Amino acid sequence: MAEGGFGYGLGILKGMGVTFKHFVNTYAADIGYLLNMYSDRPGSGTKFETRQGLKARGMYTVEYPDEKLAVPERFRFVPFLIVEDYDHEERPGHDWCTSCGICAKVCPPQCIWIVRGTNPETGRPKPEPEAFFIDIDICMNCGYCAEFCPFDAIKMDHDYELASYDRTTNHIFDKQKLSKEFRYWRTIAPTTAVEEMEARGGWEHTDVIKARKKAEKAGGKAAAKSKPKAAPKAEVKPAADAAPAAPAPVAEAPVPEDDPNIDPKKARLMKKRAEMLARKEARKKNK
Amino acid sequence: MVDQTADAPQEQVEHLTDSEATVRYLTEKFPDVVKADEREGFEGVVIDRDHLLEVAQVIRDELGYDYLSSATAVDYLGISDHLEMVYHAYRTTGGSALNFKAQTPRENAELPSLIDVWPGVDFQEREAWDLFGIRFDGHPNLKRILMWEGFHGHPMRKDWHEAYYEQDTKPYDSRWPGGDVLRTEELNVFGKNVSYPADIDLSRLNDESEDALYSGLGLGVDIQELDEGSELKTDRLVVNLGPHHPSTHGVFRMIVTLNGETVETLEPVMGYLHRNHEKIGERNTFLHNMPFTDRLDYICSMSNNHGYALAVEQLLSRGARYQPPTYRAEVIRVLMVELTRIVNHYWAIGFLLNDLGAFFTPALYLIAEREKILDFFEATAGSRMMCNYMRFGGVFKDIPERIHSVANLMNDQVRDFNTMQYLDELINERIPRSIEELDQYLTENEIIKARTQGVGYLPPEMAVAYSAAGPLLRASGVPYDVRRADPYSIYDELDFDVAVRYNGDIYDRYLLRIDEMRESARILQQILPRLERTMGEPIFAGNKQHTPRVPVGEAYGRVENPKGELGYYVVSEGDEKGPQNPWRYHVRAPSFINLTVLGQMCKGHKVADVVAILGSIDIVLGETDR
Repeated sequence: MAEGGFGYGLGILKGMGVTFKHFVNTYAADIGYLLNMYSDRPGSGTKFETRQGLKARGMYTVEYPDEKLAVPERFRFVPFLIVEDYDHEERPGHDWCTSCGICAKVCPPQCIWIVRGTNPETGRPKPEPEAFFIDIDICMNCGYCAEFCPFDAIKMDHDYELASYDRTTNHIFDKQKLSKEFRYWRTIAPTTAVEEMEARGGWEHTDVIKARKKAEKAGGKAAAKSKPKAAPKAEVKPAADAAPAAPAPVAEAPVPEDDPNIDPKKARLMKKRAEMLARKEARKKNK
Repeated sequence: MVDQTADAPQEQVEHLTDSEATVRYLTEKFPDVVKADEREGFEGVVIDRDHLLEVAQVIRDELGYDYLSSATAVDYLGISDHLEMVYHAYRTTGGSALNFKAQTPRENAELPSLIDVWPGVDFQEREAWDLFGIRFDGHPNLKRILMWEGFHGHPMRKDWHEAYYEQDTKPYDSRWPGGDVLRTEELNVFGKNVSYPADIDLSRLNDESEDALYSGLGLGVDIQELDEGSELKTDRLVVNLGPHHPSTHGVFRMIVTLNGETVETLEPVMGYLHRNHEKIGERNTFLHNMPFTDRLDYICSMSNNHGYALAVEQLLSRGARYQPPTYRAEVIRVLMVELTRIVNHYWAIGFLLNDLGAFFTPALYLIAEREKILDFFEATAGSRMMCNYMRFGGVFKDIPERIHSVANLMNDQVRDFNTMQYLDELINERIPRSIEELDQYLTENEIIKARTQGVGYLPPEMAVAYSAAGPLLRASGVPYDVRRADPYSIYDELDFDVAVRYNGDIYDRYLLRIDEMRESARILQQILPRLERTMGEPIFAGNKQHTPRVPVGEAYGRVENPKGELGYYVVSEGDEKGPQNPWRYHVRAPSFINLTVLGQMCKGHKVADVVAILGSIDIVLGETDR
């Protein structure tokens, strides 16, 4: 080793140079940050974006909780259930979940429990969960439930601040605690929500879309094809273009007179068919 | 010796593939002892256990399989009712595996130890003893390794049930449609779910593990040694490094016998983070295991995913309706895996320097760089570290158009980047610059050199014999990289060099990691145009299934993880239609097997060097303990 030689210590000095560069960079950029060097002018991004982006020089801390890094759309934390918006015209607060059980099966740590709903009159299963539990202590945030749900009814949340003082009472989330409006999903994941809408064919729940399409078909037949076909399309489109945070969903197609919900047998058949179609759709989507 | 004899079988039968020729050579040479494995979906040979040692010698010396990658056991209870030890051996010159097996009855299971042929089998045989109860005749230190001495039973056996056992396979029946919610710990903690041996008295429980660890080490001061030989009187002393020690990178413990300050023996003790990942893996369906692989080496979840996906895809490819991943999926996989390699080496180097006393400044600089890559992971896969990104036949989702966040919580600050621009800048500017800066920062530092050069020397023969993998192997002058030796994914069309260094000390391992990062950056620069060219192409071939039926058979999928060779041995058995759950799921963890040689490397060095040598191996305890 070059102990005592002329060059000894140069390597250390070189390294110190790098440290010094970081030091200066950090302070220079920090002063600039304070002096509003990165203004919010168009094209330059926000101050925060520049500081926490690839162009940044020096070391910056995100000063949690005074500032937080907003999470990207695909971020996944403990799932939540989508229910229809509470100001929805037809089915406010209606579950999107049909209690098909796929999420419970595909959950790696098996933290989802679903009680399948039954129709009290017929005793047959109905497509709504009677109860829905997620043990968030066990949930490993893998996102499979959201990925494989054929009805887009369970989604991964962005709210990661779930710490609480008592795990024994608070950490099994029930249906009430899990349910969030569809509007919320459109707010936190605008582009994903649009992708899913395109795959479903509308902003509504798959069942509603299918029922409406069927009703239109039936109505069209009854009216001897007098109605122009452009009408239903025009109703879907504005919804697609609507801003993600748009408060109210767009008006529904007119309710057909022979409401399928009245006849339970027919409703069941329709539901079955709708589920089948949805599965097909989901398969197509995954391709 | 190896090279001269390796071509002997090839002369005899040149038209066969390498592994077929090997199988034929062995079955002809040992007609009664070695039989080709005829089971559906299985390959390689089954060796009679009485002659295992003899045949293993031939496999190593005559056939040139000098590198034993993996050795693990399988319990075929209910199928053929025996235990089977499965070995995968490779040539360090490249090529596919020789898969050989030895069978033993479940009662009094015993096999000859191969530790004299491949010393690298040491920990793996101990693991097989611990988890399966196979005794290895001739193993010098056959103790439990992941469980503690005195543990009742061998947990990987099929008839062993864990506490809170619910059912053999997931999905559990209680979840749907009944949905009878129950917190696991409410399942009667000390009741029917926990089994004790009949003769146990709980009030007189005695932990034998500590006694077993220290036996033979010579605890405390040996009076007789004091006066022998040297003019400087030194005490012999047993020191516990860890498990709670910041330099052990987790809950890892080394029992070191010191003579003065010099290390005489070092025995690694592990298992503090053991959760029987493999047993969980057998309960799970094939897809369920994917997020669990994230938790092995939690720094590099993307490449863990890749190895597992490759193993299961090997199995699936024997089925009728299998479609291999699309080209775009492969491109994205390589992108993710190489970014992961850079992430890992940032981390490894940062913490190696930490161990050497450059306390946290270099580590912090590198962590800041790493964060930029993790931002991309988060936007694409949904999580910074637990990516769970790959699927059988593709990936989870295509790369998003924008790395874009939405304010949701109070004080949320949003960012919005174009993904391709972000990647372009990251790969072409940010990463190369940070690597150069790192190189400039500490490579020439005289203190680092004094601490690392010539310390922890690992000769190449020993590295191969002890099954060392990854940077540890390549820094000893063995240019063995799975990406080149046995190419997978699209690595054969990418232009990169296998980084290799020849001195085999800590300093070379440090330099090698920097070299590898440069090579990864080179690969990434070739990936970018491919990524743009395949824009809009499907990322998934065929249907994405949540519970695929996997054809019966075995598969060993291995990838060059940043820490070394990561292998998954997956057996699909037990159901005619194709099982939904793996019969056996084994992880060949590089962190675990690289530790086999730690004791040898530390011998004769000072106790302060132990920390640096351990840091240069780069272990993660999530993977070591599984």
